[in-house]
Order: sequence, then C-alpha cells, then structure tokens
Amino acid sequence: MPAPIRLRELIRTIRTARTQAEEREMIQKECAAIRSSFREEDNTYRCRNVAKLLYMHMLGYPAHFGQLECLKLIASQKFTDKRIGYLGAMLLLDERQDVHLLMTNCIKNDLNHSTQYVQGLALCTLGCMGSSEMCRDLAGEVEKLLKTSNSYLRKKAALCAVHVIRKVPELMEMFLPATKNLLSEKNHGVLHTSVVLLTEMCERSPDMLSHFRKNEKLVPQLVRILKNLIMSGYSPEHDVSGISDPFLQVRILRLLRILGKGDDDSSEAMNDILAQVATNTETSKNVGNAILYETVLTIMDIKSESGLRVLAINILGRFLLNNDKNIRYVALTSLLKTVQTDHNAVQRHRSTIVDCLKDLDVSIKRRAMELSFALVNGNNIRGMMKELLYFLDSCDPDFKADCASGIFLAAEKYAPSKRWHIDTIMRVLTTAGSYVRDDSVPNLIQLITNSVEMHAYTVQRLYKALLDDISQQPLVQVASWCIGEYGDLLVSGQCEEEEPIQVSEDEVLDVLEGLLVSNLSTPVTRGYSLTAIMKLSTRFSSLNRIKKVVSIYGSSIDVELQQRAVEYNALFKKYDHMRPALLERMPIMEKTATNGPSETVQTNGETDSTILDTKHLPSISQPASQANDLLDLLGGNDVVPIIQTTVPTKPASAGGELLDLLGDLSLTGGPTPTPASSVPMSQPPFLLDGLTSQPLFNDIAAVIPPMTAYNKNGLIIEFTFERSNPNPNIAVITIHATNSTEADMTEFVFQAAVPKTFQLQLLSPSSNVVPAFNQGSVTQVIRVLNPQKQQLRMRIKLTYTHKGSPVQDLAEVNNFPPQSWQ
Amino acid sequence: MERMRLVSFLFSVHLSSRCPQMQFMLLFSRQGKLRLQKWYVPLSDKEKKKITRELVQTVLARKPKMCSFLEWRDLKIVYKRYASLYFCCAIEDQDNELITLEIIHRYVELLDKYFGSVCELDIIFNFEKAYFILDEFLLGGEAQETSKKNVLKAIEQADLLQEVRHMCFLKAFQGQKHFAKQIS
Repeated sequence: MPAPIRLRELIRTIRTARTQAEEREMIQKECAAIRSSFREEDNTYRCRNVAKLLYMHMLGYPAHFGQLECLKLIASQKFTDKRIGYLGAMLLLDERQDVHLLMTNCIKNDLNHSTQYVQGLALCTLGCMGSSEMCRDLAGEVEKLLKTSNSYLRKKAALCAVHVIRKVPELMEMFLPATKNLLSEKNHGVLHTSVVLLTEMCERSPDMLSHFRKNEKLVPQLVRILKNLIMSGYSPEHDVSGISDPFLQVRILRLLRILGKGDDDSSEAMNDILAQVATNTETSKNVGNAILYETVLTIMDIKSESGLRVLAINILGRFLLNNDKNIRYVALTSLLKTVQTDHNAVQRHRSTIVDCLKDLDVSIKRRAMELSFALVNGNNIRGMMKELLYFLDSCDPDFKADCASGIFLAAEKYAPSKRWHIDTIMRVLTTAGSYVRDDSVPNLIQLITNSVEMHAYTVQRLYKALLDDISQQPLVQVASWCIGEYGDLLVSGQCEEEEPIQVSEDEVLDVLEGLLVSNLSTPVTRGYSLTAIMKLSTRFSSLNRIKKVVSIYGSSIDVELQQRAVEYNALFKKYDHMRPALLERMPIMEKTATNGPSETVQTNGETDSTILDTKHLPSISQPASQANDLLDLLGGNDVVPIIQTTVPTKPASAGGELLDLLGDLSLTGGPTPTPASSVPMSQPPFLLDGLTSQPLFNDIAAVIPPMTAYNKNGLIIEFTFERSNPNPNIAVITIHATNSTEADMTEFVFQAAVPKTFQLQLLSPSSNVVPAFNQGSVTQVIRVLNPQKQQLRMRIKLTYTHKGSPVQDLAEVNNFPPQSWQ
Repeated sequence: MERMRLVSFLFSVHLSSRCPQMQFMLLFSRQGKLRLQKWYVPLSDKEKKKITRELVQTVLARKPKMCSFLEWRDLKIVYKRYASLYFCCAIEDQDNELITLEIIHRYVELLDKYFGSVCELDIIFNFEKAYFILDEFLLGGEAQETSKKNVLKAIEQADLLQEVRHMCFLKAFQGQKHFAKQIS
C-alpha cells in the first residue's frame, strides 16, 4: 500500500480541479483511500490522513468518519498526533455527539502531562468546546492548574475556568480560592485572563460581586494596574501604536464598570482614573478610540459625577465628527443608549447627529434616524421634521416604513399646529405612501376626523394628491375615506387655508370610480372607494350615478366588493329611510390605547379588509344573514363595542333573571354577549345610534335636569341625561353611583329593566368598585329608546359586596323629568 | 423551522452567557471560499453551514465605504478585509466592536510574523498552522496572551516539539520549569 499523499500535495491537487464535479471526484477518491487507511489501523499516517480530512471538511464535505480517528490521535504519545487530534476534535466533534465524552479521559491525562504544550492543548480544547459533563469531570484539574506558578498554563486555565463557569455555573464557587492574588501577577497574559475570569464571576453572581468589592478590594487593585499601564513608559512587548496593552486596559475598564454599577464607593474610587484615561488617551488610531469607547461605557453605567458624564458625552460628540465611520457608528450606538438618561447633553450634538442622516453607510443612517427621533421635542420639531422628511425622500426602502411611523408619532406628540400636522402627514403619504404601515391608515383617519376645522383643507389636498398619483395605497385609502366623508366640503369650495379648488360632483365621482377600476388598487382600496361613493349619496345630489355604480358592483367577482354593493343596494331600496342617518358624518373618535381595529375584529381570516372595515359604517364581517348583517353593520364601531359589552361579574343569564323577577316589566335587562338574540331586527332606529359612540352630542344635555334615582344605605345613584342628536326618541342616561359609607362597595353591578314599549341598552360600566367616602364614582351609560314617547319608568336592581357581605336591592325609578321622554 | 430554531438557539446562547463573548470567527476569500472557521459556541454542522453561507453572502455584499460593523440576527459582526481575505468575528451585543477590530488585527500580525508577509495561499496550504496560532492567541473567544512575542515563541517551541520523535527527550531538559522559563 503506497503511502498516503501528503497534505500539501492533496491541497495542490484539489485546487487544480476546474469544476465542482472534478473536485468532488478527487475528494471522493481520497476519502476512499483514507477510509481504507483508517480501517487498517495505520498509526504512522493517521495524522496525515486526519489533516487531509480536515481540509476536505473545510471545503464542505462530510468528515464524520474521522471522529474516532481524532480520538485515537489524541491518545497518541506523539505531539504532532495530539496537535492534529485536538484540532480535529474541535472541528469535527461537539457536545452533541456522544463520542465526545470519550475525550474526557484523554484530556484528563493530558492536563497532567509533563509537557506544558500538551497541557496547553488539553486546556484549549476543553475551554473551547467542553460540554457540561466534561466540565464537571475536569473542573478540579482546571482549578489545580489555575494555582500553578507556570504563567503559560495559568492564563489558559483561567480562560478554561471561564468556560467551565459558563457551562456549569454552580461550579463557580470552587474557583474562588484560586482567584486570590491573581491580580498581583506581573505577566500580562495571566492578568488579562484573570480579569476576564473575575468579570465572568462578578457578572454571574451578585454574591461574588459584593465579595470582590468589599473583601478583596478589587477596585483599588484594578485602578493601580490601570494607572501603571497608562503612566509607564514605552513597553515594546505590549505596545500598540503607543498605547500599552490596550486589551488589558479595555478588560479592566469593563470589570470596573461592573464593580462600580450601583455602588457609590466603588464609583468614587474609580472616578479619577476614568477621568485620566478619558483625557489622556491618544485618539488618532482605532486602538485609542477603543479604550475611550470602553471608558465612556463605564462612565455612563456607574454612579459617576455629572462632570464625568458630560466628559463622556463630549467624547461621543467628538467621535461623531471623526473621519472613521466605525467610530461614528459606535458613537451613535452609545448615544442611543444614553439619550434617555442624559437627554440634554445629547441634545447639544443634535445637529451633528442629523448630519449623519446623510451618511453613506446604512447602519450609520439607521442609528442616526433612531437617535433623531429620540431627540425630537416641542422646541425643535419644525427643524427636525424638515430634516427627517428630507431623509424620508431619499432613504432606502428598508427605512421608509420605520421613518414614516416615527414621523407620525413625533408629529402627533409635538405638532405645533393642526395645519402643520396635516401637511406633514400629507408629505409622508405622498413621498413614502406605499411604505407606510397598515395601521397608520386608521390612525390618520382618526386624526383627520378629530381635526374638525381642517376637514375642508385636508380633503382638498388629498383630492389633489389623488389626481397626481393613485399608486400609493395608504394615501389612496385615506384620501377616499376623506372624500367620502367630506366630499360636500370639497365641491362647495369651502377651504380657508388655501385657495379652494373648483370641482364638480361628477369629477369627484370620476376619481373614485377610477380607483375602483384601476389595476393599481388593491381590494382593500376598492372597498374604501366603494364605501366613499356610497357615503356621497347623502352629500351629493347625483344619486342616480351612485346608484348605478353600486348596482354594477353587486355582481363583482371580488366577494368583498360584491357584498358591500349588495348591501348598499339594499340601503337604496328597502332601507332608504335609514340611509341618511347611517351615512352621516363620523363623530370624533376617542383614541384607544392600542389600535382599535386590531383588537375588535376577527372573522373568516380576512384580516386586511375586515380590520379596516371596523372604521367604516357599512362594513360587514360575517357572511351571516341579511338581518345580522345590518346588525353588525352598525355594531362594528371601532371605539366602543356597543353590543358586546361585558360587565366583569355579570352572570350570563342576566336578562332572564330580570324577566323572572320583574314580571310586568320587560326584556333586555342588561348586556348580553350575543347581538342577535338581544336586539331583534325590528328596532333599527335603536341600532342606528349604536354608531354614534359615547354620548358626545350634548346639545340638549343642559336642558334636562339630572335626578337622583336611588339613595339608600349610603349608595346614591344619580341619572344625568343627554338627548341623542339624530334621534330624539333615544334618551341617553348616564348613571353615577357614589358611596358615602366608610367601606368600598365591590362587585358592583347595576341592572335595569323597562316596560315593553321601551328598548334599553346598557353599556359597560367604568368599573365595579364604588369607592368609600365618595372618593369616586362608577358611571355607566343607558340608552333608552322610547318611540311612543311614553312616560319613562324603570326598575333597577343593584348588587354589590359591602364589608364582606353581599347586598342586593330592587327599586323603581319613576321620577324621570318630563323632558327626558317627551 | 430550522431558521427559527437556529435563531432562538443563538439568542439563548446570548442570554445565558452574561458576559458577552465572541461566538465565532470566519475567514473567507472574496469568492466566498471558507479558509478558517473557529466556533466558540456549540452548533450542529448543518447550522454552521447555514450561518456561514448567509454571513458570507451578507459581508461580501457590503460596499467598500461601509463601516466594519453590521447587525446580523442578534449579533454584531465585525469584519475587515486584508488583501483577498475577509476576517469576520461575531460578537454579542454588549461587546466592544473597536477592540474586536484590534483582536483581528493582532491575529493578522501574528500570521504575518509567522509566515513572513502572509498571503491567502499561506493560509490555504498551512491551514492547520493558522489554527494553531489562533489557538495560542485566543481561548474560548478571549485573548489569552496580549504579547505578540509570547504567542510567537510558544508556537515556535511547539513546532520544535513536533520534530522531536519522542517526548521522553524532554526529560533531558532539566525539569519542566526551566523549559517553561526559556520560553515565557
């Protein structure tokens, strides 16, 4: 059997391969030769073969059949064998292979070998890839070596111990004794690795941390070492561009950071040295800046005095002006971390940060953008927004979504005027319209709705934007919504803020119909525009045209569109009397903490359209019957889920209960979970008002005097009244329950029942605890439909827990003021 | 799924080691050929291959004017090109990128001193030596020796040992300590 070819020979041969296939052929041939060589248990050439195998492994070819051979090499007595064997083990074996445990014994022996280089190999292997089991078995050996006087081994043992601790944290304790006097070493290798070990221990265990702080007095020792490094003259062995052992300096600074964090004494003890490092370190090369960077991080983390913090931020400010983009990047990252705590100091560097928006590097731009948003406040909003909008124009598509969201947020918080706000939104929509997040559309709609005086201006601008470009869907969606709502303002030319444009109803309808047919419009957008057209039926006079459009889409292939069209058609035909009220102006929407739409809906998996639908009046979620559809039509209000109200402790059979108890009074006592059952179809007028959210139309409120409905045992319930604007048959009553006793009334539930001729709806209470001593009140809204204008009567039932015992009471309320039902 | 597991694994490694560590170092050519891979975290071969492939692609796509750091998954990648070789380290979020650049530079200096004006071919044909040097400089992702001289001396002596047929010859030297003193 000829000797296997040498490693270099093989490498040379393989490199001559001109194609992947050729290479694969060569590799397979050699692997076969190696395999047979392994089978023959050839000791002489095992090392060479494994080395070749490792080369082929690096090229991406499988080499698992060499795993056991590595173990054999490790067990060999020849140093060359061991070297390659351990290398192979580190490359081919890892803790996931069961085989790796076979190494343990070999490593143990080698840790005690007479040759330090063999010991070194063992320590290195254990420290790089030792599994938890191996670490457990061999921790004792490592600990022994940590105490040796041989610095070559000591430094390796220290890092090996770090690995052991990472794998088996419980073993940390056993290394504690060995750490004594580690820092009195002169050898930099040992010093460096010792600092790493101490850092690991302090980070992992608060007990260790305080032990090292107090008992071992680590801080003064570290300060001393660091001082020596800075003050000592040129040391050729450790010098890097004029700085003495920067690696050790950085590690010491990091350990100081951990020791000083949250500890006044330690922080004070390191104050001077930090100031010294910060001011004396040479900044012309990367190495000096690396040390400064670490210093800044330390200063910001410990309890440093303000002068030092300002020094740190100024260093970062200087970094921002550095030519080296790496330094700029690092500065922006650090400033981002400190902007919350040292806001004013960072503000001083705002203009530099904003300049970084124009940097070529993507990472720098992103950081600058994040930092810019963090620095926006009421004073600089106009200037910052100019820069940010400019950035939005020119930045990469990856950034646009985040930038747009950030701009919206900032504008919302700090907008100096409504007009400015709307203009900013317009600018974002027109420049980055397609990147704007989906949830921005409902947010914007809400914003626009609530800026009542800007409606005419907004709709005009949006209309003009639509004329230019209909490809950006969020823009188109917001625009069609606005046109649908405020189209009347558009054609009547009412704009105050700018020159009103002359546009006819037909032109507006042209635009909206154009959206319906355009290929650029998504199904969601089409839905928006159809709804907008429908809404205009109450605002425009060209009814026939609208009717035509709606009926055409009744046979659209798009199911969503079809459904809407069919329902709108129904509105024109059977429910025309409802149409004006249904399609009236949207009221001011209350901002919910999280985005309304994303919480309320969920239906047949159609997320996009249905989420947006909740903002629309005639929007359907379930393909239920026509009857239920109308129900949901109006119940799908994003702000307050009218039908779905839940009182926390309310039993499910509430209505039934009341029915049973209050024989002659009727029906719906309280909130029920299923809309269909609680409100039958024949009361559309009532449902209608489900649209208008909480009683906001208080025009007539002042006219109806409030009354006390119940006053017993310290519980007083007052009724205040509002007339629901569009429908005078509905009285909106708000109950206020107060408690003058000395104990809270918990689990408070208010129920009401009305006679048959009335309809009642109870919304969710503000809470179910009525605080003692009149410290607060529980409020709840009742809507009573009284089409026959009969005298309002009500029976109420109260349940609550007071001083540990449950209380229940019934009462009749007959003293309603005449204005509430006439 | 593989990606999810991989990402979550890397993430969990990050969480468990409270002290930030270097997770791996890769050397590759401008054509994307791997020349050295040192992993300091346990990953399967498949995962390593995936990471390597993705990272190589990402780094090679970077333009020359860009900075040496990039965020990748939840790690920071520090890379620098020396002639035709890219040196690429993955460190964790809390780590100091600038000093990592110095670590990379120190390694290159060591290779340079050892091979005498090192070039990619040296690394290709003597990859095992490149590993030996790296293992004498870093251990578990941390620097074990900050003196260039000492690292090179240790390598030199270890190389000498390879020439020695049997290690019993070492007994001829007067005890281990003397031997150690000669090199440290």
